[in-house]
Amino acid sequence: MKRWYQAGFWLPVAIMLAWGAAVWAGGEDAAREKAFTLIMFVGLASSLNILLGYTGYVSFGHIVFFGLGGYMGFYLMAVCAWSLPLAALAGGVVSALIAGLLGLAVLRLRGAYFALATIGVNEAARSFVSNFEPFGGSTGMSLNFSVYQQYGGAGKALWLTFALMVAVTASAVLVSAMIKNSRFGLGLLAIREDEDAAMVMGVRTPRAKTIAYMASAFFPGVIGTLYFFKNGNVEPGDAFQLHMSIELLVMVMLGGQGTVLGPLLGAVTYQGMRGYMLTSPLFKDLHLAVAGAVLLLIVLFVPAGLVGWLRGYFPKLRRALE
Amino acid sequence: MMLEVKAVGKRFGGLQALKGVTFMLAEGEILGLIGPNGAGKTTLFNTINGVFRPDTGRIIFRGEDLTGQPPWEAAKRGMARTYQVVRPLNELSVLENVIAGACFGRHALSVRKAAVVAAEVLEMLGLSKQTCQPAGSLNVAEKKRLELARGLAARPYLLLLDEVLAGLNPSEISGMVDIILKIRDSGITILMIEHVMQAVMKVSDRLIVLDDGELIAEGRPSEITNNPVVVRAYLGDPRDAERLMAGGRA
Repeated sequence: MKRWYQAGFWLPVAIMLAWGAAVWAGGEDAAREKAFTLIMFVGLASSLNILLGYTGYVSFGHIVFFGLGGYMGFYLMAVCAWSLPLAALAGGVVSALIAGLLGLAVLRLRGAYFALATIGVNEAARSFVSNFEPFGGSTGMSLNFSVYQQYGGAGKALWLTFALMVAVTASAVLVSAMIKNSRFGLGLLAIREDEDAAMVMGVRTPRAKTIAYMASAFFPGVIGTLYFFKNGNVEPGDAFQLHMSIELLVMVMLGGQGTVLGPLLGAVTYQGMRGYMLTSPLFKDLHLAVAGAVLLLIVLFVPAGLVGWLRGYFPKLRRALE
Repeated sequence: MMLEVKAVGKRFGGLQALKGVTFMLAEGEILGLIGPNGAGKTTLFNTINGVFRPDTGRIIFRGEDLTGQPPWEAAKRGMARTYQVVRPLNELSVLENVIAGACFGRHALSVRKAAVVAAEVLEMLGLSKQTCQPAGSLNVAEKKRLELARGLAARPYLLLLDEVLAGLNPSEISGMVDIILKIRDSGITILMIEHVMQAVMKVSDRLIVLDDGELIAEGRPSEITNNPVVVRAYLGDPRDAERLMAGGRA
């Protein structure tokens, strides 16, 4: 357990802010685009970790909140002319509320049954949105170019989106650290280790799980809105990609589930690997197969991920890495 | 009265696991719950603390009706339990396990205050050296003490102990018996399931005997050992053997 005044508590947040500031200071568009994707995945993986790493519920449908929240935020900007920060916030809130409702049903399931249900939810959401006319049905929606004028042109709008992404991801990492070191987080860890024993110890498990699910769904909703704003359009195929959910799982497992720094390390490492493979003529069609193999190797040989491995080999790092 | 169990019945499909069990437990008492395997002892525990909802009857804890309440409500009102098959939170440290017990127990302490309570309890149970170890790495005797520590850290009024002595060697048993007596002296009421007869006879003020879901006897340890109904439940009826030898039907 770390207190807020200890250095280890702030390390992951500081890394995110420093990273964002460095790219901002550099001012190059190409560097920004690359960092945008990486930081987005750090945020998504950190939010998944609240459910997967702390609570022990394996979700194959985390991306559904990115899609639904993104769609909602995009709709508010494209149709209701909301500003980006407000629409992004609304996207997050809608995602969290949907998670709260879904949780009533799916959080009663455990283990493999929960995992399967989350896949079902993702596919159901995709079908629903594809047939939902206000959201543009299967062709989706796009932003009128004039929308960018209120942010001082498209170039400035992209930098603003980047800054918001850094802020949101830093918040996701901060919330993750706060939960991990709180009484509430201890309840989640107890649920992960033994849900029945946790209940008997006095943890209100249904409530704790629902709050964890909502917190983990909030950030993808915000991030989705930012991402689709940057793209300028949104369509069902982009919003509900099952393979992204699986890649997020790989990132969290690779970095170390249940640690604050793990999703950060995992997302950067996985994206680095993916970037290399996509450009290499040998691997370009195989990156998902390799992701699967990596997941298998992690589960078999380093279940604690990169952070756990580092902690094991360098006991002195234990105080800093969590 | 600490606990009143009134005509509690519980059925699982075709099995009537508990049949109208009624007993009372006074404050400061150690009540031993004994009975052959499959008698329904653990089911009775699970019904008392809310893991199962009884089909009939009522559970009154410190004057308050807890029937049908979820287990965390019992925990918040001051009921803690240990498991026969230990259930430590394996990946968490010994200290974190006990902090969790204190955090979600009767006082709902903050993590910081819970850490103070946890350190005290671990000291009392002789686990101070292992605080930073993962709970999963303890040996059986230590895990049993950890379970007890987690329960005690909740500062309960009533502690339900499910076979805390099982699997311990004689010297560990006598150590644990001392701890149990110390817990009682600190003012905590205890209901314990136990198979190690000598120990349960020694520590219990009173015993109740469960057989096939029914309460068949109740009394002081000396009364129970000589009760023919109890002997029969455990060993069968000696007259059955005589009848068999004589060629009749049992």
